[in-house]
Amino acid sequence: MAERVVENLNQALHALLADDPRLYLLGEDLADPYGGAFKVTRGLSSRWPDRVLSTPLSEGGIVGVAGGLALAGQRAIVEIMFSDFVALAFDQILNFASKSTAMYGRRVPMPLVVRCPTGGNRGYGPTHSQSPQKHFVGIPGLDLYEVSPFHDNQTVLGGMLATGRPGLLFEDKVLYTGRMYADGVVDELFRYDLLDGDVARIWVDDPEQSDCVLVVPGGLAVRAVAVARELLLRDDIVCQVLVPSRLWPLHAAALLPAVARAGRLVVAEESTTGGTWGAELAHAVHTALWGTLRAPVRLVHSADSVIPTAAHLERTVLVQNTDIHRAVKEVVRGA
Amino acid sequence: MTAAVTGARPDVPTRLAADDLDLLLLIRHFELALLDMFGRGELHGTTHTCLGQEYVPVALRPLLTDGDHVFSNHRGHGHYLARFADPHGLLAEVMGRQGAVCHGVGGSQHILRDRYLSTGVQGESVPVAAGVALHLNRAEPGHLALVHLGDGTWGEGAVYEGLNMAALWGLPLLLVVEHNGIAQSTPTDAQLAGSIEGRARAFGVDHTLVTATDTALVRAALAPVLRRVREESRPAVVELRTHRVGPHSKGDDSRTPEEIAYAKAHDWYARYAEAYPEQFAAHDERQRAYLAEVVREVAGRPASVWEEADRG
Repeated sequence: MAERVVENLNQALHALLADDPRLYLLGEDLADPYGGAFKVTRGLSSRWPDRVLSTPLSEGGIVGVAGGLALAGQRAIVEIMFSDFVALAFDQILNFASKSTAMYGRRVPMPLVVRCPTGGNRGYGPTHSQSPQKHFVGIPGLDLYEVSPFHDNQTVLGGMLATGRPGLLFEDKVLYTGRMYADGVVDELFRYDLLDGDVARIWVDDPEQSDCVLVVPGGLAVRAVAVARELLLRDDIVCQVLVPSRLWPLHAAALLPAVARAGRLVVAEESTTGGTWGAELAHAVHTALWGTLRAPVRLVHSADSVIPTAAHLERTVLVQNTDIHRAVKEVVRGA
Repeated sequence: MTAAVTGARPDVPTRLAADDLDLLLLIRHFELALLDMFGRGELHGTTHTCLGQEYVPVALRPLLTDGDHVFSNHRGHGHYLARFADPHGLLAEVMGRQGAVCHGVGGSQHILRDRYLSTGVQGESVPVAAGVALHLNRAEPGHLALVHLGDGTWGEGAVYEGLNMAALWGLPLLLVVEHNGIAQSTPTDAQLAGSIEGRARAFGVDHTLVTATDTALVRAALAPVLRRVREESRPAVVELRTHRVGPHSKGDDSRTPEEIAYAKAHDWYARYAEAYPEQFAAHDERQRAYLAEVVREVAGRPASVWEEADRG
């Protein structure tokens, strides 16, 4: 059985730190024996006590230190304990790390990744459950990635650092305990492959044929596959799921051919409504494929609300599989 | 620990070597030329001059090496000129002309050259400098990261986050505070509770107060502080009580005539002219003429170009 996502991340960090003596890892409560709030960093500080540092509660300061390391020719990965707290580092991300790549009139490498445990469904309440991806969409010089069970994290993190651009890596907290997929097999019905080394394509029978394309960030990948399975078995709808590792800049070139063939696109994400990643993707698809689409792009997201703590209330706000299922069915069959 | 250096009476400045006097006057005439050009509508955007505070980077200059990192802020022309003696590159940057240090993208307050960086958000550089100091401490011991900041900057939380980590981790980080008594239009006593000394002390960080505005005395006061930061690898705060002779930006001085007169009475420029009239006049005239030539030459250059490959 394939490793868990949290193990894959942990092994990726072990490998990257072993390979690159310039790499630092900074964050709150990272050090052993605690090993991070979600245990992603377990074992790292014991092997590299000089480069894996538990820090004070200073998200802005930590990302600033990481920016300084990058400026001095080093590389840095920062763990934000809950992605909600990345708001405290917004200035360093918006005004220092991302701008420094260009505002001095020449390309300045800023190899820096901010890891953000993200999302709800764990009952942590309004300030520990958000999906803040949308607040970082469209910042010049900043890349956004999301962990998925289809993308090896050593490749993703290594690739992010190699760009020389700062990036945020969103990590769905429920996904941590799930398992990675391997060898192109999802289950007895679905297969997957990677387009351009970035977009995971999950299909049934024929990768070139589908009634609808469903694009989701990695945190919704398992949920999207479950929805695609139900659509096939209950409604006889063939839904192809696409999961880009890089959310921003949009990887439109890898997404458009499948959308053009199906003529229908649903984008689902856990962000609350308004100013979302999906809205940007919909705009790109409408612009590129306006004459080809059989229906407007449909967005599915969480409600316009704070995220409540109690499980029965949290379900009323966060995007549910039934919401995605209904959206695909309506787009295919007509509402 | 707090050390205070009050210096000699302000009417008896120490006689300076030619290079120090030239640098002071280079910065003075650079800033005056900028205000003059703004006044004539020849400059686009904004600027923050360091009139009255020129002696701070001049005092620091021989105490720093090329291996040290310097972080500057919005009021950074003097810091840049003391490090590079390059009025052409800086003026071209402010004017958006060819030969600009950053191709005209950064302008007055966003400059990167070798180990010198300025940026326009208050306090942001302190944790960044702590990160640089973390690297220096391991890879290049004996070098330091210096951050120039003002009294107003102490309102920003980033300062404390950075200072805390620097103290915890024993990093060679030096904060040089140019305390000119006013943050844009807000007097210090209306924006800063307690004191900078008390705030440094709360982190167990050495604080040195320097009230002298005499380049030689300030340098003498700073030398042992920099030596300690390098040798003992721990942060320090130096607070220089200084005087902003010009406006915050251009034509936006909100102070009373008495307050402005008080700042001018402490201006090293007039006092030095009075104490050493012959030495001063010769150097002053030479730098004034040099800057006029720099302005003429740079203003005649074509516009700077930001190549696609340089756009990040």
